[in-house]
Amino acid sequence: MRQLSFSLAINEALHQMMSSDESVFLIGQGVKSPWYVGNTARGLFEKFGPERVIDTPVSENAITGAAVGAALVGMRPIVVHPRMDFMMYAMDPIVNEAANWHYMFGGRSSVPVVIWGIINRGGEQAAQHSQALHSLFAHIPGLKVVMPSTPYDAKGLMISAIRDDNPVIYIDDRWLYKIEGDVPEQIYSVPIGKGIVRKRGKDVTLVSASYMVVESMKASELLRKEGIDVEVIDLRSIKPIDELLIFESVKKTGRLVIADAGWKTYGMAAEIAAIVAENIFDELKSPIQRVTLPDVPAPASSALEMVYYPNATHIVQAIKKLLSGKEAPWRIKSVS
Amino acid sequence: MQYSKKFLVNLYQTMVRIRLCEESLVEPILKEEVRCPVHLYCGEEAIATGVCAALSETDYIFGTHRSHGHYLAKGGSLKGLISEIYGKETGCSRGRGGSMHIIEPEKGVMGAAPIVAGTISLALGTALASKIRKEKRVSVSFFGDGATGEGVLYESLNFAALKKLPVLFVCENNFYSTHMPIRECRPNNDIFKIGKSYDILSLKVDGNDVLEVYEAAQKAVEACRNDDGPVFIECVTYRLRGHVGPDDNIHGTHTDIRPEEEIKEWRKKDPVINFEHFLLNNNILEKGDIDEIRKQIEKEIKDAHLFAKNSPYPEKSELKKYIFA
Ligand SMILES: Cc1ncc(C[n+]2csc(CCOP(=O)(O)OP(=O)(O)O)c2C)c(N)n1
Ligand SMILES: [Mg+2]
Repeated sequence: MRQLSFSLAINEALHQMMSSDESVFLIGQGVKSPWYVGNTARGLFEKFGPERVIDTPVSENAITGAAVGAALVGMRPIVVHPRMDFMMYAMDPIVNEAANWHYMFGGRSSVPVVIWGIINRGGEQAAQHSQALHSLFAHIPGLKVVMPSTPYDAKGLMISAIRDDNPVIYIDDRWLYKIEGDVPEQIYSVPIGKGIVRKRGKDVTLVSASYMVVESMKASELLRKEGIDVEVIDLRSIKPIDELLIFESVKKTGRLVIADAGWKTYGMAAEIAAIVAENIFDELKSPIQRVTLPDVPAPASSALEMVYYPNATHIVQAIKKLLSGKEAPWRIKSVS
Repeated sequence: MQYSKKFLVNLYQTMVRIRLCEESLVEPILKEEVRCPVHLYCGEEAIATGVCAALSETDYIFGTHRSHGHYLAKGGSLKGLISEIYGKETGCSRGRGGSMHIIEPEKGVMGAAPIVAGTISLALGTALASKIRKEKRVSVSFFGDGATGEGVLYESLNFAALKKLPVLFVCENNFYSTHMPIRECRPNNDIFKIGKSYDILSLKVDGNDVLEVYEAAQKAVEACRNDDGPVFIECVTYRLRGHVGPDDNIHGTHTDIRPEEEIKEWRKKDPVINFEHFLLNNNILEKGDIDEIRKQIEKEIKDAHLFAKNSPYPEKSELKKYIFA
């Protein structure tokens, strides 16, 4: 199949959706410049002009509100935040308005907006320019949150997000932008709320999303050489979350490790651990392990960055720890 | 206004210190010895210098992503700044912040951080504190023309005007917000008019003329101390280097979105060189004095780089040192 980079897969989704649906438009900082959004917006300004590709002043709150408002009357805007840290100014239109709108008006109105936030970290950018805040949005009823890890899903999920009648938070990671993969040339969609098994395995279930899928695949490869067979699940959407896919896998392996690029406390990994414990606790052979960022803001110094970001090594350690542990106490039957 | 020689020489030294500090970072950035994003203040030195010359050590300032100049002009140390930029434990933020997050509370540098307009409202708070404690301290918020897009600026102006807070809003209008020229960000160029709608003193000055900046700031600070604040000052200026890093020209070709002709015109208005000419033409300093001052500052800067390079990185074991929850 034709190969495309992750960022150009997004670019193609935008081109095709804007061509096929006149209600789609792109608004946000940097959409006419490669400075901010890499080549995800390449050629859009030239093709669709300044009325549908709107580069904006630094006004996250108003611009996001504008996208939400346009969606109320049937447009399908994509509002991009070239760094999701900047989205914090837009919390009101996202959380109070867009997320609640459909419910609080008894389903009489809906908000088909895509709010696209880019995780852009590393490079000593420090606390205000490195955050992965997906869990924050996944906490809010009324928001769908998708996090692709492959070029195929980057395109397919962008298309699904645009077609969705409700607000979708589309989160991608700059660390994925250069990754190449199979991408069909036509318009296709990847269902929101459906995960996928990236690698089959029987010893342990490793669940992750977005860039952490890359680290998870690396980890599973390293462990394969040591005879440990990991099943890797790529969530693709963190809300709604594909519970059944996770349950099926954990029932088979009896062990669960979650790798997340966000913080540990109250985060995505905590939620997955909770739903597994709540629903299929008896299937677990050992305690659940989380590989996440430590609960610390991003440091600048690369000396600290090196130990800050979780990677394949951390995942390998967590899995080995889990496998070397004794049988979970709750599974040891007392003999009377 | 009459100025003492000492005062003028001080202004000059501060401007040269900022300029040479910024220029000294170019090579380390290109060699990737400096890895954090660095927004150089070259071309805008007269603003930080002129404003901070009107302040006392107990006054407060807040800055942005482009705040090396504010930090130095308010008395922050070169060693602390340069070590921070190298990501070292001896940096002013102990290597946790990098170029975009710098602080020196003892000198009233209360914090510079890169969320556009993010620190403006914080200046309201230090001003409130000063008012409650009857300390007559002035709080300065430095921000760029880009920040005029953010709603918090208007909320802050309204509240400061309503409560007559001793805040000096200093907008550094360099006509660009990253890749966006001001005409694509605002319906007009007269940023100082924003202040007028809150019935406060609002001025527009040549931000490349250190004495003009100083005089406006002096007036503003006096108003603030007499409970006649806040004051809004728009300083018109231009950055002589790229938005981030030494320049926006990639691989030696002109990729800066700013017209070359425009850059050339602004080079003629270089605030450091122009002030140097002023000092020479008015026989305040001689060529020899200028050379001596520059040599002295070059040495300070070289020492600061050496100090930074020889300083340790933060200990990996101390990743969580400053976290409390
Ligand atoms: C809330 C927020 N949105 C976007 C950015 C990205 N950004 C960094 S600097 C900048 C432009 C700032 O322009 P201006 O305020 O004029 O300052 P200058 O760089 O010209 O000194 C932008 C948009 C940011 N740092 N924070
Ligand atoms: Mg500017």
